[in-house]
Amino acid sequence: MAAELVKIGIEPEVAETIAETFTVSDLTVDREELLAAGIEEYYADDIMNMLGIEVVGEVKPGDIESKVDSSPLPEKIKDELKSKLRAVRKKLTREKLESIIERVEREYENARVEPREAVGIVAAQSIGEPGTQMTLRTFHYAGVGAIYITVGLPRIIEIVDARKKPSTPAMKVRLTEEYASDRHKAGKLAMEIEETHIRDIARVESSTEDMCIWVCPDERELIKRGIEWREVEEKLRSLDMPVEVYRSESGSLGGKFKIYTRDNSYHELLRLEERVSNMLVKGIEGIKRAIVRKSPDGEYMIYTEGSALKKVSRLEGVDFTRTTTNNITEIAEVLGIEAARNMIIDEMMSTLDEQGLDVDARHVTLIADAMTMDGEVKQIGRHGLAGEKSSVLSRAAFEVTVDNLLEAAIHGEIDELKGVTENVIVGQPIKLGTGAVKLVARNFNFNYGESR
Amino acid sequence: MKKGKVSILAHELVPPHEVMTEGEVEELLNRYRIKKEQLPKIKTTDPVIKEIKAKEGDVVRITRKSRTAGKFLSYRLVTK
Repeated sequence: MAAELVKIGIEPEVAETIAETFTVSDLTVDREELLAAGIEEYYADDIMNMLGIEVVGEVKPGDIESKVDSSPLPEKIKDELKSKLRAVRKKLTREKLESIIERVEREYENARVEPREAVGIVAAQSIGEPGTQMTLRTFHYAGVGAIYITVGLPRIIEIVDARKKPSTPAMKVRLTEEYASDRHKAGKLAMEIEETHIRDIARVESSTEDMCIWVCPDERELIKRGIEWREVEEKLRSLDMPVEVYRSESGSLGGKFKIYTRDNSYHELLRLEERVSNMLVKGIEGIKRAIVRKSPDGEYMIYTEGSALKKVSRLEGVDFTRTTTNNITEIAEVLGIEAARNMIIDEMMSTLDEQGLDVDARHVTLIADAMTMDGEVKQIGRHGLAGEKSSVLSRAAFEVTVDNLLEAAIHGEIDELKGVTENVIVGQPIKLGTGAVKLVARNFNFNYGESR
Repeated sequence: MKKGKVSILAHELVPPHEVMTEGEVEELLNRYRIKKEQLPKIKTTDPVIKEIKAKEGDVVRITRKSRTAGKFLSYRLVTK
């Protein structure tokens, strides 16, 4: 037997060992036994191959990778499948691997939505039902520190209505590494962002006696907000009005300004007082408050009341790529329609989540897709999606019935009765799911009596 | 900003957009048996469209991140 093995290319020494240990029939058994007999792995594999026996435990990590990657499954399922397969790799054979993947593909295919399924209606119900649970806890606000953000149903309505400006605009400003780890720096930046008006740092008084306005900066406020006397003076001089400066002591922050009106009317004086009070000394217009907090991942970040994405993102220390606002219209303007779509999904999911409601992301995604279909954020309602439906009856059934019918009559619109609402109104089967298919039967000779 | 203006394409909310070649568009339309106009739209005034300099009539491929599928390809027709 040793000679035969040498003939097919096995080295004499190895052949000798094999011949001594095994009978020919033994060779059909196991690779493990070859190894146990002191044959090197390399040779053992060769022998097994020559005998045409599949080597056990043949599936390598790369096999799982390449096999799974070549399947048409979505990425996330592939990743999950890969990690699960890797855990049991030792027990797999090629055959098993293939049949597992095939089975997963089949299951995935079965789980897919059927063509002509009314996904919109399912989405509406899936969000509508939890919505009823939200109504009772409607006007509660929850925020970070002292910042209040609309939550619950009012927020959902706001998103779906695509308001130009939410009732409580707010931003989450993420910071660059340097600022995110330093509370002091983050605090300073917050101060730069928060809008500061003259009225926040000074007492503004009008004096009818000599028709002028007194501006008395509060020393402590100036220091707290890091504003210098010079800045205030420059601001007031930019008014282009006669300004007199009275410093209590040069170098200190004490002192006051006296501003004269051009014409000596009382009306003018009041207007000037208003104008001076509302002058912006520092910060970004629209940011009413900015608060530094630690984010869930342990970085310092700034939460703001009010929103100005474009301006805030230009500041040094702000990590623009992770900074967001809850104003979806603003997102669409600054970052584009796809970002707005993402934000609609994020905002709705987090609002629902906050209320302890578990809604599948697919329903929310469908809404976001429908709202952003035409490249701009459209509301779901009379002035948006519902108002643009092609069916007259469907529009009339939604809101402002008479207006819609009248409009349609004037223009001679025709309803094709293709949608759901129209067909419910006229009492026809709805063309959805199984109703979507028309069946034409040829005149077969059916044998009803037979069982097969 | 210190290092000059950062492109909006770097923002985490903005998925990658790329203009498709004519062949790719044709293949896409044949696959779904649709006309170009049936695709979702994106405006020429969209900041991302301006940034990648796509023209009216182009089709952009958008590689979205999906909560359910991981990665998801979507297409939009650039319109006025």
